[in-house]
Amino acid sequence: MSLDPINLVAILAMGIATYATRAAGLILADRLPRRGRVRVALDALPPAVLTAVIAPAVLAGPAEMIAGAVTMVAAFRLPLLPVVAIGVATVALARLALG
Amino acid sequence: MLLPTSPSADARAGVADVLPATLAVIPFALLLGSQAAQKGLSALDMLAMSSIVFAGGSQFLAVGLWSDPAPWATLALAAFLINLRHVLMGASLAHKLGRFTALQRFAGAHLMTDETWALAERRALDRPLTPAYWFASGAVLFVSWQVFTVLGTILGGLVAEPERYGIDFAFPAVFIALALGFWTGWRTAPVMAASALTAVAVHALVPGAWSVIAGAFAGLAAAVLTAPAEAIEPPAGAQPEPRP
Repeated sequence: MSLDPINLVAILAMGIATYATRAAGLILADRLPRRGRVRVALDALPPAVLTAVIAPAVLAGPAEMIAGAVTMVAAFRLPLLPVVAIGVATVALARLALG
Repeated sequence: MLLPTSPSADARAGVADVLPATLAVIPFALLLGSQAAQKGLSALDMLAMSSIVFAGGSQFLAVGLWSDPAPWATLALAAFLINLRHVLMGASLAHKLGRFTALQRFAGAHLMTDETWALAERRALDRPLTPAYWFASGAVLFVSWQVFTVLGTILGGLVAEPERYGIDFAFPAVFIALALGFWTGWRTAPVMAASALTAVAVHALVPGAWSVIAGAFAGLAAAVLTAPAEAIEPPAGAQPEPRP
């Protein structure tokens, strides 16, 4: 087991960035705007970021697109774990079927 | 309803409430560890990341972007962006922390995850949120996350050809479900469409996390451009919100 110094720097930088987001909400709680463009953008931030993270992987090929669509439908109806199981099974079957 | 509470009863309630979420997290912790092992990260790297960062989404993203030497600035920026939602979660939770000292608030902040935040918000609906509840639920998830991400790293190379079983798709599937958790009606559709299309286009052109940043900003722009007028400007005659 080893801990590379560059890896530790990267992990510490990620940790500081992440803790900043956690503490900022407590500090800014009463100062975040409740109306206006900034508020609209803040409210849209979680789906905007999460979608950008996964879009390249979901639109990577036909099997992934099929599984992505099935996962979306499932996500509106089922809890997280069944949704993931359905997504994984669908992509495996679609890859098998599409060669 | 306001029930009398004791710290030990609150701690037990926190543990009981977080157990289902903890069980749900175990497969992802194992998956994260195994993907980290394939990127050449050691079990000690994984333990450091899981304890210092302790944010599943950004850890998955980091492992996906990891290369040797570690692109630390990109990783930190990506972690910051994907975790910006914590600002909103913390701002909402801040009003429910009346029973916390300043030290408990800022130490406890490190334990805030999507799961523990959601449980705490739920708890605060019908009784006061206590440090005992928060730290008990957070500690169970934190310790489990360490144990199972490290175990996943150690077992890492054991699953050959993970694509064959679709295991690589678990990560997008988790994020599809998390993203749709923020679905608030058709107004969310242009945000997701702009974000997805921009991210895919940028991903095809530029390596690294830039697709996340570009897609996120495109989604925000779409939100502002498609927002109804009353969300941007207060209706006529409305009083400005008082600032505490």
